[in-house]
Amino acid sequence: MEIIIYGTINSVALALYALGFALVYGISRLPNFAHGALYVLSGFIAWSAFNSLGINYFFSILLSLIITGIIGAVIYQFFLIRVRGMEISEIIASYAIALAILEGLRWGGFKGMTYTLPAFVEGSTTIAGISVDYQRLLVVAIGAALVTSLWLFTRYTRIGLALKGMAQDERAAMMLGIDSDLMAVVAMGIGSMLAAFAAILLLPLGNIVVESGYNVLILAIAVCIVGGIGSWMGAVLAAFLIGFAQILTVVYLGSHYQMMVALAAIILTLILKPSGLFGQQKELEERV
Amino acid sequence: MNTQNRKRRKERIDRGIKVRTDSLYALMSWREITYLITPRFILIVGMLLLPFIVPGMYWQRVISIVCIYALLAMSFDFLAHYVGLVSLGGAFFVGTGGYISALLNTSLGMNPLVTIICATLLGGMFCTLLLLPCLPLRGVYFAIVTLMYPLLLARVIEALDIIGGTDGIIGIDSFPNTWVEQYWVIGVMLLFLFALRRLVNTDLGLVLRAVKDNDQAVRASGMNIIHYKALAVLIAASIGCMAGACLVHIYMWAGISTFALDFSVLPIAATVIGGSGTLVGPVIGCLILVPVSELLRDFGTLRIVFYSLILLGFIVFRSEGLMLYGQRKYAQFERWTTI
Repeated sequence: MEIIIYGTINSVALALYALGFALVYGISRLPNFAHGALYVLSGFIAWSAFNSLGINYFFSILLSLIITGIIGAVIYQFFLIRVRGMEISEIIASYAIALAILEGLRWGGFKGMTYTLPAFVEGSTTIAGISVDYQRLLVVAIGAALVTSLWLFTRYTRIGLALKGMAQDERAAMMLGIDSDLMAVVAMGIGSMLAAFAAILLLPLGNIVVESGYNVLILAIAVCIVGGIGSWMGAVLAAFLIGFAQILTVVYLGSHYQMMVALAAIILTLILKPSGLFGQQKELEERV
Repeated sequence: MNTQNRKRRKERIDRGIKVRTDSLYALMSWREITYLITPRFILIVGMLLLPFIVPGMYWQRVISIVCIYALLAMSFDFLAHYVGLVSLGGAFFVGTGGYISALLNTSLGMNPLVTIICATLLGGMFCTLLLLPCLPLRGVYFAIVTLMYPLLLARVIEALDIIGGTDGIIGIDSFPNTWVEQYWVIGVMLLFLFALRRLVNTDLGLVLRAVKDNDQAVRASGMNIIHYKALAVLIAASIGCMAGACLVHIYMWAGISTFALDFSVLPIAATVIGGSGTLVGPVIGCLILVPVSELLRDFGTLRIVFYSLILLGFIVFRSEGLMLYGQRKYAQFERWTTI
């Protein structure tokens, strides 16, 4: 029972990490290696707004979401758009941005265990004999709501449909009058906001540490690759697959192996079926 | 832009001497020969003299580190720009070579120079074997897999607590003295640099470049591309393992930090800054970046911020790199022409 409950929570957390990365990659083909950095950055923005500026917690969260979204869009508009389509340059450039943000935060004194965000709702309850705190339940609820609203967004709004069109066939979308550069910027903004959303939801469960930026990036990549790039359902299912696999290894093998599951999943998936479990890309594009 | 400017454009034309030195006519006169030899001569003699010029033990050590990073950067450049396999996992090669060399030295008591050569050969084969399943991948997929390998290997060593665990292996012999250390790494670096430059112009190099440009065409010509990719990875991995083995003997310690991201990131930065696809560029990039990062050591992690920003600037705004810029200035002249 414990495995099921904590496995579900862990899986939803993984799905939250991966959403922003999957969205950006799906739409503008940018492997956004700065995803983890934006995650950590938004946590620190919320912390600074709440503790240093003394803004109300709700508004500091809102501020953090908006600022992170703008930062993501600015990074794309001014740097990454220039190397668009050159995969290797995109990886190196976004990775350089990630390093600059994370190590800059570390240099700025944001290190150690002192930085925590308060939980939305204190206290805990018991489900089937297992005690779970409210924040973790909230993560599952909001995570599910977020996935649903994103699904609705890409299906029923104009911008959402434009993004979806671009993900399917960029040239056709351009012919229909969709500004693909603008949409890529919008996608990056939304992706960064999703990273911030994950941070706001998940950081109250632990400390804000710079190192988690790298881990979040690896987990997000793992989920996207296993699930198959460009497939929402695949990403969510992969999150559950890896999430439960991680919890099972923690219970039966020890917490040392937790990260190895994600890494091994990436390598195995790429070797056996590079398009992922539910990938929609043609195999020829990624391997010979 | 006013109308005056619109009527002019810059054109670049090869210098006469460059054209003459392209072929056998280079042997025509001393002037042509000097033109050809000077850049190479400056690099070789400069590198060989460097241990005498720099003041003190500390900077001599920095020279060794420069050469080690240069080896890594060359291996990255060779794989990325001549075979089309972008390997973000330089640390994988460093760690493998380092650990093999350390184990041979501590358990069998071999001489450092012997262990380095053994580690080069064994490590190269080991890395190639592990990377063999991913060779059909290409582009960003290969990059991500290779990024994961060093992380995974470090976690395996950490979790299973094998070969030293988190403490690493201590008590590794150093080189006999600093001069041997210096000239060993410098010599190896120059040797591999010119060997690789030769290699990419042979028939084999031609096939490798064809694999990069259009692998389907190579397949259609009846050649097994996996075979060629494996060969290229073997060469690059051996160079990387050599670098790792030298590093371990310099620090007299091998640990999980040999799998650290530094060994993957700095060579890439050096390649981008120096000029990708030139093989000499990465060496020049390392000659600039490593001392700068040593000078900035006092600033702690700010130096990582500093060189990641340089890297970002170069890759986004000036992606040709210093070496290609220099080559262009050396071989061509520019002038304004009216249209």
